[in-house]
Amino acid sequence: MSDELALTDAEQKAGIIRCDACPVLCRIRPGRAGACDRYANEDGKLVRVDPLVLLAKPDLARVAFVEGSSNWAGELGKGEGAFVTGIGATTTYPDYKPAPFIVSSRHKGVDMVTVVTEGIFSYCGVKVKIDTDRYLGPEQATVRVKGEAVGHVTTAEYGSQMLSLGGVHHLTGGSKKEGVVTCDALLALCNREAVELAIDGGSTVVVQSGRPPVVNGQREERMRVGCGSAAIGMFAPQWKDHVDEVIVVDDHITGVLTEHQGGRFLDMKPAGIRVRGRKSTPGRYFQVAEPGLGWGGTNISDPLDIIEKIDAKQAWPGLRLLMVSTTGEQSGWFELDGNLKPKPKDMPEPVQRVVERIAENCEPALCTVLFMAGAGGSLRAGVTENPVRLTRSVRQTLTKVTLGGVPAYVWPGGGITLMVDVEGMPEKSFGYVPTPALVAPIEFTLRADDYAALGGYASRAVTLEDVLRGQRVRIDGDSK
Amino acid sequence: MTGAVAARLSDGRLHLQHGPIDLLIEAFGAPGEVEGAYRQAVDRFGDILPTLVGELPLLRRPVGDAYPLLRGPVARRMAESVWPYRDIFITPMAAVAGAVADEVLQAMRAGRVLEKAYVNNGGDIAIHLAPGRSLRAGIFAQALDGAVELTHDRPVRGIATSGWRGRSFSLGIADSATVLATTAAAADAAATVIANAVDVDHPAIERRPARELDPDSDLIDRQVTVAVGTLPRPLVDKALAYGGAEARRLRLRGLIDSAAVSLQGGWRIEAAGTALAEMRIG
Repeated sequence: MSDELALTDAEQKAGIIRCDACPVLCRIRPGRAGACDRYANEDGKLVRVDPLVLLAKPDLARVAFVEGSSNWAGELGKGEGAFVTGIGATTTYPDYKPAPFIVSSRHKGVDMVTVVTEGIFSYCGVKVKIDTDRYLGPEQATVRVKGEAVGHVTTAEYGSQMLSLGGVHHLTGGSKKEGVVTCDALLALCNREAVELAIDGGSTVVVQSGRPPVVNGQREERMRVGCGSAAIGMFAPQWKDHVDEVIVVDDHITGVLTEHQGGRFLDMKPAGIRVRGRKSTPGRYFQVAEPGLGWGGTNISDPLDIIEKIDAKQAWPGLRLLMVSTTGEQSGWFELDGNLKPKPKDMPEPVQRVVERIAENCEPALCTVLFMAGAGGSLRAGVTENPVRLTRSVRQTLTKVTLGGVPAYVWPGGGITLMVDVEGMPEKSFGYVPTPALVAPIEFTLRADDYAALGGYASRAVTLEDVLRGQRVRIDGDSK
Repeated sequence: MTGAVAARLSDGRLHLQHGPIDLLIEAFGAPGEVEGAYRQAVDRFGDILPTLVGELPLLRRPVGDAYPLLRGPVARRMAESVWPYRDIFITPMAAVAGAVADEVLQAMRAGRVLEKAYVNNGGDIAIHLAPGRSLRAGIFAQALDGAVELTHDRPVRGIATSGWRGRSFSLGIADSATVLATTAAAADAAATVIANAVDVDHPAIERRPARELDPDSDLIDRQVTVAVGTLPRPLVDKALAYGGAEARRLRLRGLIDSAAVSLQGGWRIEAAGTALAEMRIG
């Protein structure tokens, strides 16, 4: 039998491993799963891949702890300091049976209980922050994946565009296809994979947690340093001695140095160059152009297009004009000729240096994906026989809520509505069920006496040592 | 090594799992009869995977001129179900899921009076219906979403689905091929054959030799589908037509009752006045 089990040299070289979890004894190539789809070869290690169990059998009552990735702070067997995540814990629906793992441990001399489970979230979605000033689409515009509505554009934050994707109305409130496509997109985003989103009346953007957005095929490098007005405020003193006018082109607020408070304060002479758009306060203009993929998030490719007129009473031949976008990615240097027409010239070195400084001050553009969900209903019943007490305990911060070991922000108000950055969670934390709904690990940690007081299944608690002894676990101390 | 596991779900159904075998079982009838049937299923289940594994080398070999001589009852169901397809490449493994479901269902029924019962092995389902009884089975595939009403007076006791997205490799590109037949094993084998027939060539289709993915695959060096990009509509129609034609051949040979194939939003149904023909498309 042992001969039969041994892998050939060639197989070992190819990274193949032998699974001994059942009599089939599959040979599994790297990155693939065995015949059962439960065990896989991940970098030469045999691991259980749990979301698949849920995928196949959402209402599984038998609970097997699965050695999916988990955030262990300690070492195997020591117990203290280790934290069991819900990943791979599996769950049951409904949850009136005790949660799969109720683990007790001692932390700083206090008996702690962590209730480890995986929640099935029918109310869930992601809030996506996309660091770009490029125009993604109008507010309320539908965001689509493969033609299906999966969410909408909400608002803009400073240097970023915000999308709300998923949510119960797309998951289960629309057609079955809409629900399935939404669930797929959420799953991919939460597991930090790239998803292409098409926005009605706007752009196509590829979003991936922790990576720069790609807008209409163009990778975003940096966030803007600020709006055009802010850029003037930041750099006016550095420009003063080298220019007669600076126009910082920005889709939100375009700044004009000599009109702006920043220029006035430095006693700069009005240059008489009038830009289009609607004046807000001196030197600050809204809507100098349409939103787009050009300079500073406008649709402008030739910056001179935003100049409405040049006032002959104020401007003079030889006037030196810098035009620059709010990321410093686009810039142009002009001098007015005898007819007060701007003519492109080579940019002087000191000016160039300030343009580069704008770019330097722009932070890398990233996409951030926050998973938001309601841990309502019966999930709580897996933690305690009196669910509302869990909610109250979370409210009073006696109970700490984590997802895959990452602390969740719990919204004020009723229920347990939480939000967590998927970037910090272990690999492949999320799964799904065909409802469609997402499955995410969730852990409730609290003092053992508090747990008993809120009607917890204290008698079901097992020690961390028992978990480590009885379950195949993967120790992943260095994973994020 | 983990052994066979049995558990009752909260809704009363029985779940049996051993390695790659995953059964969801439900029986209807007098409570004593149902419990007895579940007990018989559990008793029968423990031995199934080890016995199959004992004959794996032969089960992974293509059937050709000689009828494969197998001992185990599940293995023999598999051989019987793929034998009609020996003129093309097929191994008994094409019917393994359905055959297991049939075997466990038979064990449950022995000496029991059940109104109806089913054994669902990852989508390949064996069904029992007493006279006058019926069972609704939901079918969900992309663009094809409905339910079939299976009644005692029609000869359908097995449902199976195959496709490249499934757990087993497929030589074709069908998102799904769902077959209704007299047994789950027969449906399983036919679904494999029909799903393989849904095929065209296009650069958006990615294929790899089976053993590059799974060293144990019975398909050895055959190119199995690993990705299907968006295909031009006419090509989708063409692939579906191949699947439809294959399904028709099998139906006219009496091997299946009916079949439904789906691919990228398109679908074909091959049936004649049977349950699938009356299926609602949602």
